[in-house]
Amino acid sequence: MTYEAVIGLEVHVQIRTNSKVFSRVAAGYGQPENTLTDPVILALPGALPVMNKAALDAIIKAGLLLGCDIAPVCKWDRKNYFYPDSPKNYQISQYDQPMCLGGTVEIELPGAARNVMGEHKKIPLTRIHLEEDVGKLNHFAADSLVDYNRAGTPLMEIVSEPAMHTADEAFAYLTSLRATMIYGGISDCDMEKGQLRCDANISIRPVGQKELGVKVELKNLNSISFVRDGIAHEIKRQTAVLEAGGTLVQETRDYDGQTGLSQSLRSKEMAHDYRYFPDPDLMPVRVDEAWQARLRGECPELPFDKQRRLIESYAVPYTITSVLVWDRALADFFEAAAKLSGKAQAVGNWIVNDLLRELGAAKLTLAASKVTPAHIAGLVALIDAGTLLPNAAKEVFIEMFATGDQPGAVMERKGLKAVPVDAGELEQWCRDAIAANPKSLADFKAGKESALNGFKGLVMKAAKGKADPKRVDETLRKLLAGM
Amino acid sequence: MSSAPDLDLEHVAKLARLALTPAEKEQFSQQLGDVLQHIEQLAKVDVTGIEPTAHAFPVVNVWAEDVARPGLPVEVALRNAPAQRDHLIVVPKVVE
Repeated sequence: MTYEAVIGLEVHVQIRTNSKVFSRVAAGYGQPENTLTDPVILALPGALPVMNKAALDAIIKAGLLLGCDIAPVCKWDRKNYFYPDSPKNYQISQYDQPMCLGGTVEIELPGAARNVMGEHKKIPLTRIHLEEDVGKLNHFAADSLVDYNRAGTPLMEIVSEPAMHTADEAFAYLTSLRATMIYGGISDCDMEKGQLRCDANISIRPVGQKELGVKVELKNLNSISFVRDGIAHEIKRQTAVLEAGGTLVQETRDYDGQTGLSQSLRSKEMAHDYRYFPDPDLMPVRVDEAWQARLRGECPELPFDKQRRLIESYAVPYTITSVLVWDRALADFFEAAAKLSGKAQAVGNWIVNDLLRELGAAKLTLAASKVTPAHIAGLVALIDAGTLLPNAAKEVFIEMFATGDQPGAVMERKGLKAVPVDAGELEQWCRDAIAANPKSLADFKAGKESALNGFKGLVMKAAKGKADPKRVDETLRKLLAGM
Repeated sequence: MSSAPDLDLEHVAKLARLALTPAEKEQFSQQLGDVLQHIEQLAKVDVTGIEPTAHAFPVVNVWAEDVARPGLPVEVALRNAPAQRDHLIVVPKVVE
């Protein structure tokens, strides 16, 4: 029997704000333990929560970016449970009136090859609601330790429909969702800092069956790669159980990315019974058209929309745009350089190959780099004019990256300017190269364009690399046309 | 003055982490039953045409701007903690 997997993801995204969602003590990561608390966070008697306007803006913006319906009115509910991660013994959340309903996340599946765009799909969302994050527990042999710094951080829960069927789809979903949140300035989505966390619900069913199989929840998937690996592993495990004639039980499993294995978590003594009720300390939120319109005006172009536009407006290949679009700053950098230069593909190649390589080696962010779009455009202009030859250009780039000097100045200082080759001398090199290579000559005459490279290598060797490839190409073609 | 039939007092007490004596169970069962009966009475009120609300006051959008201010010093924050270690609160070992 053939099985198909059904996957739904619950993604928690911390909203980047200065203060917490229901009190004004600072929110942040990496601060000394228990220094980001106040009477509201610690649930001291008499403390009252007050909503954070910026957190509301952020979740509405997230909803607009993902095409959700924004609820005209929503409220806050208390989710009651006893666990030391919450000093109040309840978490403020949204139960039956979430801020955002519906919406989709556009994903791209792996293409047939690295340089081929894959199939695009839209994964439907169920809802997005806002809640407060809880404290962090560290477990030791004899006890557990609690840090409440994280408690009260604004947290969105983004719930997908059970509409994905492969680990690759889940990976693509998270990649796209993460990029969208970063584009919108909603969150930094650093999974190592817990700013984006993912739980996956996975079941399998015989192909063609409508009803869903027994659901297993996979927790602690703390990198996007672990999500893909964990889901792939879980689909295999469930399939093996059913094929061996076993039955699956509804359970929560913990995936260990290091070992690639999962194990069942001890189920809670009592089935979840959170006794939700409206929080009487908080007033409902009403979102009118004007508020939505203002935030809509702040929404950036989404990654895939940007990619489609870059391909169309600048005629740059997928191999370049597929690198650029995941980083909004990099894509903006490219666009600025392409506009200055007019040679979008050359500019794109320098950014995607050389700039990214040097940034990686120097462990620098684009913002901290001394290279600006004008540097790249200037470099491309020098190459295009034949003033800078390919090998020298690479050298200029490295120096320009290190110092921030303009490419022209670096070229002059290092004596890398191309020496104009005498036209007669160049022609003689070309004639020699053709004479030395009768097979390439025959091939070229038979219409084999690549045969030209056989001559170019010889000419470059004769010129000791100082000849302008464009002029070599022109001269060779002129001579060959007359043969 | 009778307990509501659908009230599972044992379950409610367990969720609230309350250990009740037999006498308390008897007492609370009656009291909570009365509360539920009162709610049942309220449920009979005709609310046709009345907009649902989550709060007694017709006020919405009460918020503050996102300006952070200093919190409690850790020594003050942990003053009520029964046990602490390295500025962290010590609790019995819990595993979810």
